[in-house]
Amino acid sequence: MSTTVSELKAKGVPFVNNEPSKVTYLNHENTVASWLLTLDHKRIGVMYLISMTFMFLLGGIFAGIIRAELITPKGDMLSSDFYNKTFTAHGVIMVFFVLIPAVPASLGNFIMPLMLGAKDVAFPRLNLMSWYLYVIGAVFTLLAMLLGGVDTGWTFYTPLSSTYSNGNVMVVAAGLFILGFSSILTGLNFIVTIHRMRAPGLTWFRLPLFVWALYATSIIQLLGTPVIAITLSLLGLERVLGVGIFDPRLGGDPILFQHLFWFYSHPAVYIMILPPLGVASELVTTFSRKPIFGYQMIAGSSLAIAIFSFIVWAHHMFTSGISPYAAMFFSLLTFSVAIPSGIKVFTWLGTMWRGSIVNDSPMWFAYGFIGLFTIGGLTGLFLSTLGTDIHLHDTYFVVAHFHYVMVGGAIVGLMGGLHFWWPKMFGRMYNEPLAKLSAFFVFAGFNLTFFPQFLLGYLGMPRRYHEYPAEMQVMNVFSTAGALVLGLGYIMPMIYLTYAAFWGPKASKNPWGATTLDWTATDSPPTPHNFEGQPVVTEEPYHYKSTENKEHALAH
Amino acid sequence: MSAHDHHEEMHPPAPVWMYVVNFLVLVVLTIVTYFVATKDLGAMSTPVALGIAVVKAGLVVLFFMHVFESGPLTKLTIFSSLFMVAVLCGFFLVDYSTRNLEVLPPEETAPVVEKSAKS
Ligand SMILES: [Cu+2]
Repeated sequence: MSTTVSELKAKGVPFVNNEPSKVTYLNHENTVASWLLTLDHKRIGVMYLISMTFMFLLGGIFAGIIRAELITPKGDMLSSDFYNKTFTAHGVIMVFFVLIPAVPASLGNFIMPLMLGAKDVAFPRLNLMSWYLYVIGAVFTLLAMLLGGVDTGWTFYTPLSSTYSNGNVMVVAAGLFILGFSSILTGLNFIVTIHRMRAPGLTWFRLPLFVWALYATSIIQLLGTPVIAITLSLLGLERVLGVGIFDPRLGGDPILFQHLFWFYSHPAVYIMILPPLGVASELVTTFSRKPIFGYQMIAGSSLAIAIFSFIVWAHHMFTSGISPYAAMFFSLLTFSVAIPSGIKVFTWLGTMWRGSIVNDSPMWFAYGFIGLFTIGGLTGLFLSTLGTDIHLHDTYFVVAHFHYVMVGGAIVGLMGGLHFWWPKMFGRMYNEPLAKLSAFFVFAGFNLTFFPQFLLGYLGMPRRYHEYPAEMQVMNVFSTAGALVLGLGYIMPMIYLTYAAFWGPKASKNPWGATTLDWTATDSPPTPHNFEGQPVVTEEPYHYKSTENKEHALAH
Repeated sequence: MSAHDHHEEMHPPAPVWMYVVNFLVLVVLTIVTYFVATKDLGAMSTPVALGIAVVKAGLVVLFFMHVFESGPLTKLTIFSSLFMVAVLCGFFLVDYSTRNLEVLPPEETAPVVEKSAKS
């Protein structure tokens, strides 16, 4: 039985040179409304990716302005007030609109249901609503910037934010309040999906480690985000009604704001970094052609990080006037986070050891990720040590540290994941040499930008000033030069990946030879409902056989 | 769809009298809250007010929100939220209860200040 071309065309099946191309989630409907009203987790993931890239460009422009100002020791380009507004805009956009949703909302949304063998997430409508809440939150925040900006820094500390700053603080706070619900709904959606929609045979300990990482992340999103929403509401009450919860004249405590803020915002760092840690686990095992070393340790360490993340927050407040006993207590607890993070790094190294490593571009990003994350993590220990923190607090050492974790970790991890799953998402391959060049530029540019900042911070250069002593200029010039290289490393993939999505050579179903359902059971790009029939799982996630045999041969 | 899909069966809707009884208890407790607030209980006034509030919230969560008859996963979810609140408040207290430990009580410092001011 054969159908004619014209019959298929009448049904709306797209054709290239009169050959029917596959029906995929990308081409089965083409109207704008079919994207904006879609309930398909894959399309929502792509929409998140596009909107986040836009915010990333915007935040990057602000970063560029900051680095340009800091080329010279004098504050000659921007007024100090405008400089304050610039770094606030950079911080708010990058933290809340890029880093927090970076991997879960884009790659998580797209890949996680494929990994589970599910047709979609548990609540597709809620998923679409999350994206709209993200957009509305972004509109509020950008509106505040157009109205004249906010100068509090992304941390909104009282009493600056509650008493002295301009009213745009409340517009941003409203935007972040709305955005918070986007994050909560995504977390809720993922938890329910992972509990209820796994394919037959996909037991908890057969889940890919990316799913474990997203699960741990979702727990933090669900339990932590309401606290920041409440904190911002209290800030609003304080400003509008003067309830006095943060005002000592009325019996309040400005440090209470910091407690509440960091109760969310320290775990938020793990919302940013846990999913890329999961991506790294996938990359390392796939490109080492070897079952991952210490699967249960990695899964467990994700959960441990999620739990520990909630009991260390006051390490941001050692010099703010909290009790010295509390500072000791939180310093000690903070060191505990190093254990699960260390477990992850060592298990990746253990996986690579005697693997048949394939150096494709996603693996290059994974190398960069491991190196930058390790430096970021270890310098965190300097800051959690009470004695050194008094010297380093609010200096560029802190700035360098969290950029290593949040940008060197989260963004490089996202880029590794994008290069890994791009053929799955769009069914096309990108230019491999360009990808490797981008990985190199990002790694080199990143270190050139932020390593000098460790030295500057150690020398005592405070953050959030547009002027600095003349003898610190050399390091600042290095840093700005590095930012240019880093920027190039970011712009390149935006161009060649976009090009590849439309015109790249066709990718096969499983170009990397990976073993999880997202590769073995779906087409590239996937069909609208992901799978033909219901996939069944019968094995552990990373059953790479070839190296096991080789290891045997080596051992005997 | 996973194999263990229906392990939390849907319950038949709770009888109307349960909602009515619950509502009446909540109303009574609200009235109690009001009268307790008019009395000066000294140091006990906050704990008593919070105690009544906790009982009311508990009734809402357990019966109106059907947690009482739900599966273990739902109960675990509720428990973990409460646990988070306990962590938040408990760790705040680590700071607030020790913040002024090394400061001398005012009656010991006050005479010294007065003397030096007079001389
Ligand atoms: Cu922290």
